[in-house]
Amino acid sequence: MSTLELRALYKKFDQTSVIHGVDLQVAHGEFVVFVGPSGCGKSTLLRMIAGLDVPTDGDLLIDGQRVNDVGAAERGCAMVFQSYALYPHMTVYDNMAFGLENAKVPRAEIERKVHEAATLLRLDPLLQRRPTQLSGGQRQRVAIGRAIVRNPKIFLFDEPLSNLDAELRVSMRSELRELHQRLGATMVYVTHDQVEAMTMADKIVVLRAGLVEQVGTPVSLYEKPCNTFVAGFIGSPRMNFMPAALVRACPALAAWVPSQAHQVGIRPEHWQACGPGEGLSMTVRHAEYMGAQRLVHAELQDQTRVELLVDGEHALSAGQTIHMRVAEHHLHVFDPQDQRIERAAV
Amino acid sequence: MGWMNFLWRTRGRQRLDWTDVLSYTYLVVGLFTMFAPVVWLVMSSFKTEAAIGQFPPTFMPYTQKTVVVAGHDKPLPLFTVTLDDGRKREMAQVQRMGIMASMVDPAAPEERVQVNIRQREPVNTLKFAWGNYTELFGKFTFGTYLWNSVFITVVATVLTLLFNSMAAFALSKYKFRGQKGVFFLIIATLMIPPTIILVPVFLVINQVGLLNSLWGVILPAVATPTGVFLLRQYMLTIPDELIEAARMDHASEWRIYWRIVLPLSAPALAVLAIFSVMWRWNDFLLPLIVLSKNEFFTLQLALNSFQGELNTQWHYLLAMTVITLLPVTLVFAFLQRYITTGIAGAGVK
Repeated sequence: MSTLELRALYKKFDQTSVIHGVDLQVAHGEFVVFVGPSGCGKSTLLRMIAGLDVPTDGDLLIDGQRVNDVGAAERGCAMVFQSYALYPHMTVYDNMAFGLENAKVPRAEIERKVHEAATLLRLDPLLQRRPTQLSGGQRQRVAIGRAIVRNPKIFLFDEPLSNLDAELRVSMRSELRELHQRLGATMVYVTHDQVEAMTMADKIVVLRAGLVEQVGTPVSLYEKPCNTFVAGFIGSPRMNFMPAALVRACPALAAWVPSQAHQVGIRPEHWQACGPGEGLSMTVRHAEYMGAQRLVHAELQDQTRVELLVDGEHALSAGQTIHMRVAEHHLHVFDPQDQRIERAAV
Repeated sequence: MGWMNFLWRTRGRQRLDWTDVLSYTYLVVGLFTMFAPVVWLVMSSFKTEAAIGQFPPTFMPYTQKTVVVAGHDKPLPLFTVTLDDGRKREMAQVQRMGIMASMVDPAAPEERVQVNIRQREPVNTLKFAWGNYTELFGKFTFGTYLWNSVFITVVATVLTLLFNSMAAFALSKYKFRGQKGVFFLIIATLMIPPTIILVPVFLVINQVGLLNSLWGVILPAVATPTGVFLLRQYMLTIPDELIEAARMDHASEWRIYWRIVLPLSAPALAVLAIFSVMWRWNDFLLPLIVLSKNEFFTLQLALNSFQGELNTQWHYLLAMTVITLLPVTLVFAFLQRYITTGIAGAGVK
């Protein structure tokens, strides 16, 4: 069992406050992803969990034990760094064995564990190579292998895929998921890429400027974002926002927009074509053909720009006026404080 | 044949450009002025005592040929004699009285001829006097001097590398109050010429009872601001993530230093090692004041003490000078590639 709990965690570097009170609970075996724009404090949070940075205030608990004052080595966490941080003067084998040697594990057992991890990650033929002789994906696997051999309570990943090319990133994503299933360990993963977060996480923690905006499963974050920030951050292409007044002016949609609503959000993939007067009318600016789909940039009457994902077969030309509506459960409404308004409460 | 191409590289495609002429001239003149004294020294160290004093001096080590003549115990020196009738004969000299020498033909030992010494020329052959070197080890307790020098150089260099790298590690990878202050203080000592602190250093060495001990030369030289600076600048380029990774890998701070930081600083360590070997091996002033007893002399001190005596045995002195040059040359030859990469890396990054 390995659980993680953060209680009102604060972090200040000199005078700059980076984390302003984060509460979080991670259950055993969960794959948690911290996601947010750069500078939101997600890496700092991870480093505090690892023990590389010390929290200014608040409690950090692993397995119910307060570990604020426990050193990085004793916490039982293993970390995969963004730059992999492989020791360049050691072979792959030595890189993976280093942690075990430090922990005074008998030589035979080190050998067994390293070979076990190497087999798991298909690194066997590379054990005698140096990190400089490896490709990006192989280095990535060595970094993960170094974490695995120590059999840690919690795996920490700091943007591990950001140095890989797009294709490799996709395949490593699923490899990491499989690894998680096989090991059943608790993993905390930091990324700025919301696609990575959506595809890998059991639980996503959206951070902004040192505060947790929303915690939830990928589905709940996508379907019920709690504010405009999360709504805009999760999902690609971005959600469209438009003034509530504009939508309220459309008779077909007006009933779904409560009076206190300030903004309305509609995801590009949720637009449906309709007849004139049944939805919003807009003018096509240009359309990007992407094969199966077409990304249409259009302009509403008040010059608000919106994006629509439509079927690739729809040929749309610039200047054309189209009419679009949306299903009720795909319409998100936000109050003047950018918070979500649950329509059930209306 | 890459290096041949390199040597004969020119700017002009077909003919020599004027810049080629200029640069090759410059290089040849430079090579000659820098290298000629060393070559002359090496050649002279193979000359016999007589050949060194000879005028006009020769570049190659020549010695007079000798022959064994029946009826004489020792080999006799051979001369080319111009006889009165103008003929030239090779004859051995039996003895010399003033300006006359009695010569003998090696083929006919009974027949002696009196010859004016201006009528004869010594017969020289090329001969390397290895004896200058081999005899050295039996004389002047040369072995002791060599050992003293080697001991001081090796031990001081090892200690210099160890202590300077530890200081540099702390200054580059730890954050503590007064870190910058300490660093600047260390750098500031570069401004103080060593001659100024010579007397205080002597007093300290005297107080701790290290006079006439090799450790009295080694210990004061171990901490060098240059070394700390060089290594610190290099260690700053080692990513902090490596050290954090090691920390998560259960490594103690000592192990991080020993297994991660030290191996990765190898280029800078090599540069410092070269400097340290040169400094310690060529050091003269500190050993001169600390070591006054003959059995503790380093090679440099021994060289110096030979010269002061009434009778300077130049052939041994020159051979000893060559031996003194060797270690630094060797260290330089093997580690020189690090000097460029290391200094460049330490300075730029």
